[in-house]
Amino acid sequence: MTSYPRTIIDKIWDAHCVRAESKDAPAILYIDLHLVHEVTSPQAFAELRARGLAVRCPQRTLVTLDHSTPTLPAGPDGRLPFADQATADQVSTLEHNCREFGLELHGFGSGRRGVVHVMGPELGATQPGMTIVCGDSHTATHGAFGALAFGIGTTEVSHVLATQCLLQRRPKSMAVTVDGQLPPGVSAKDLILHIIGVLGVDGGTRHVIEYRGEAIRSLSMEQRMTLCNMSIEAGARAGLIAPDEITFDWLRGRPRAPQGAAFEQAVERWRALASDPNARFDREIRIDAAQVRPTITWGTNPGQVVAIDRAVPQANDAQAERALQYMGFTAGAQLIGHKVDVVFIGSCTNGRLSDLRDAAAVLRGRHVAKHVRMLVVPGSDQVKRDAEAEGLHHVFRAAGAEWREPGCSMCIAMNGDRVAPGQLAVSTSNRNFEGRQGPGARTVLASPATAAACAIAGSIVDPRDYQPIAREEAA
Amino acid sequence: MQPIRRFESCLAVLPAENIDTDQIIPARFLTTTERQGLGRHCFADWRYAADGSERADFPLHRPELRGAGVLLAGRNFGCGSSREHAPWALLDLGVRAVISTQIADIFRNNALKNGLLPIVVNDADWQRLAACEAQKIVIDLEREQIELLDGGVIRFSIEPFARQCLLRGVDQLGYLLAESAAIEGFERMRAA
Repeated sequence: MTSYPRTIIDKIWDAHCVRAESKDAPAILYIDLHLVHEVTSPQAFAELRARGLAVRCPQRTLVTLDHSTPTLPAGPDGRLPFADQATADQVSTLEHNCREFGLELHGFGSGRRGVVHVMGPELGATQPGMTIVCGDSHTATHGAFGALAFGIGTTEVSHVLATQCLLQRRPKSMAVTVDGQLPPGVSAKDLILHIIGVLGVDGGTRHVIEYRGEAIRSLSMEQRMTLCNMSIEAGARAGLIAPDEITFDWLRGRPRAPQGAAFEQAVERWRALASDPNARFDREIRIDAAQVRPTITWGTNPGQVVAIDRAVPQANDAQAERALQYMGFTAGAQLIGHKVDVVFIGSCTNGRLSDLRDAAAVLRGRHVAKHVRMLVVPGSDQVKRDAEAEGLHHVFRAAGAEWREPGCSMCIAMNGDRVAPGQLAVSTSNRNFEGRQGPGARTVLASPATAAACAIAGSIVDPRDYQPIAREEAA
Repeated sequence: MQPIRRFESCLAVLPAENIDTDQIIPARFLTTTERQGLGRHCFADWRYAADGSERADFPLHRPELRGAGVLLAGRNFGCGSSREHAPWALLDLGVRAVISTQIADIFRNNALKNGLLPIVVNDADWQRLAACEAQKIVIDLEREQIELLDGGVIRFSIEPFARQCLLRGVDQLGYLLAESAAIEGFERMRAA
């Protein structure tokens, strides 16, 4: 047995080394779950085909369609309204690859399709202590369950398909401890934007973050996913949270989770994953939850953040000046009052049921401003069913928002859902890079409550000024 | 993959920090199912005006920088998405090495798998290199050094395993496939 105290990162790493790393060679790391989507996989399957290789572990490979897919339903002829031939071809390529390589596809008509980081957890495929990868940088979402989950490129996708392993160097570890409790009206999205602001967009490079502390323990599973999801926006390899009763309660009974007595045995193993009391981290950061406010971005990377009621900081370098110029914002002034053209609720960051509930609570009994286009895109087929069972789609439609089919949609703007040049979008997604939501589009990242409030006002507002209207009054 | 040992190329400077993968290759070009042909879309929103014409203010459009094979970029190059289309696009554009004071993790991994050298230098060496814009420099992977026209040398280091693969022109999948007995053993051990 190892005698030194270990972090949860060490424990997962050590349990998955087929070969430990040496000076000359990285570790061979075994991967428990491989998530696959249509954008980063075609060239990997082509590589397997060219070499005559099979997929080593189809049962460890979970495949869906999300990035290029339309969010409008099929027409009367049954045809899906793809943005163009290329996106349609990308989807049919993955459908073909799944048939050829014997993989189950959670595709159209399965009732299980969704944004890969939403549908994996809801199936119970994501479990504590696992290694999880996907050709997608937001794979850290799954770290919310105490898994070591990180994004890889397409060449590495081919490695995992063919060998179920990756060549990896052991990452550094960082503890981000959030003490105390978040104030009312402050969400996990506000917290992670605040944390990225503290760390900077490259502050996490080469590290895996363990989020810990009282405020983290108090978060629901969905909030934890929102938090871990954006670890990459601080440059981190991954982010994770030690599993606890909240994790186990969420997983119990899900289709791919262990069932019955096997589940209780698994819980005993999962409890042992928590970092040992004296485990050493390469870097430690402390955040006071009470200081976090509703937070949005003012610039063109997710580290350029400001509390909603504070002024944009003075530009102290060329990069900040360029960002302000692109966004049309002024240093030293608040963002409140800036006209908003588009509001997007959805994505792997904020496309889950609780996010839709947060947005609907603000919208119920109110109406989206006339000049605002608001898109609400559920994260998965399951989220869509659950939201409709609660009547949330009626709330969105009554408020003047569009209620769409699941997908990545306007977060990455590959499927035709995009923001027009020069328009300002308040978006619950994860990246505000130049042109991310369409060429020339300007993006302000925000929580679902903030985004919904901005849709009603037609401008950037403080969500705390838009308290939910009681259901009876709203009706 | 062709072995990489040493090459000479013109140095271009893109001083912006945090050049993200959406700038290197915007998402609307990710609908391809191929690796080739992405060079014309590389930095598309910086290179082309709305009417599709080339923008004169993009550094690589300066006559002396056309075809530059080495990019010196601001801190945290390649941040953002995991899209391997980013190194594919740069290579297709003719870029063989990117030098910065920090290179994002996933981009660095992806670059090394494709023979694009991600080279990290300190601030002082970055400044020395910036003064060499439009000059020829030599990158020697075997010695892990950059050789300047004035005879100056800047040292760097590449992860040893990836470096060996690049020097020999072998890919990492072959290495993993050769370990299949160890992988099977690991699976049996875990199932027991």
